[in-house]
Amino acid sequence: MTSENDNSCWYLLIFAIAAHILVFFLSPAKSYEAMNLFFKIIASIAPSLLLVFIFMALMNYYVKPKDLAKYMGKNSGAMGWVIAIVAGVLSTGPIYLWYPLLNDLQKQGVKSGLLAAFLYNRAVKIPLVPLMAFYFGFAYVFILSITMVAVSVFQGLATEKIMEAIK
Amino acid sequence: MNANKRKLLAESVQKAFKGLWSAFPILISVVLLISLVNVLVDAAFFAQFFGKNNALDLAVGATFGSILAGNPATSYVIGGELLGQGVSLLAVSAFLVCWVTVGVVQFPAESILLGKRFAIARNVSAFFCSIMVAVITVFLVGLL
Repeated sequence: MTSENDNSCWYLLIFAIAAHILVFFLSPAKSYEAMNLFFKIIASIAPSLLLVFIFMALMNYYVKPKDLAKYMGKNSGAMGWVIAIVAGVLSTGPIYLWYPLLNDLQKQGVKSGLLAAFLYNRAVKIPLVPLMAFYFGFAYVFILSITMVAVSVFQGLATEKIMEAIK
Repeated sequence: MNANKRKLLAESVQKAFKGLWSAFPILISVVLLISLVNVLVDAAFFAQFFGKNNALDLAVGATFGSILAGNPATSYVIGGELLGQGVSLLAVSAFLVCWVTVGVVQFPAESILLGKRFAIARNVSAFFCSIMVAVITVFLVGLL
């Protein structure tokens, strides 16, 4: 992160706390409910946060920047997409928990399209398939998942094109 | 483990810790905002905006899915309720996919950590791709 971004993250935190304080004065009951939910979410993401920390440490230890550039850099081919898709499908926890790891990967030269495809494939939640199938049926879940995986490559490429366009 | 490997391991752990620590205020901010949005925004309220026509429902579903955030399981429950209220599968599909792929609430965090250009490009492309996924999925399900 740049120093400008260092400041931005504190501004964001101040904004979020200020929003909670405002809600506390407008509706203490809602504020209490929101704080309860906040602690519930923190408790539920703690194991995933630990997992992300372990992944980050292992990546720093085992994966060399030149390997990353080879498999997921500018000139990476189909292998890069396969890695991004599989990692995205297998990753757990909320999307924002993965931003610090992706920030590391981005600094090491991983293609933006692959990062986007990774994030898009996080929508395919294997552990939640039974619940989703309960509401929408197995056929729907199967077709939706396959379609999302296929479209994620297109989405990654589209992300790169849009980034070039708004340079 | 030799001294070099031990040193590399210690550096790797330290680097991971520093990376997470610098993102900590952002993660806390996102969870604070998500908890507020979840409490203040009543998902059932959205049902009244559906039912005009397929194209509009698709856009409404995708927009609400992008604004709301939280556990995907919650989106299945809301999506199931919307289907029960007669909202089309097309709109519900766009809602479900945008819920997990587009993040209006997480946008500031994504922008700080991964760059504004990346966050804009990724969210815009994810929004339109989610509409595409919804259309393809409903079309294919219709063939069964």
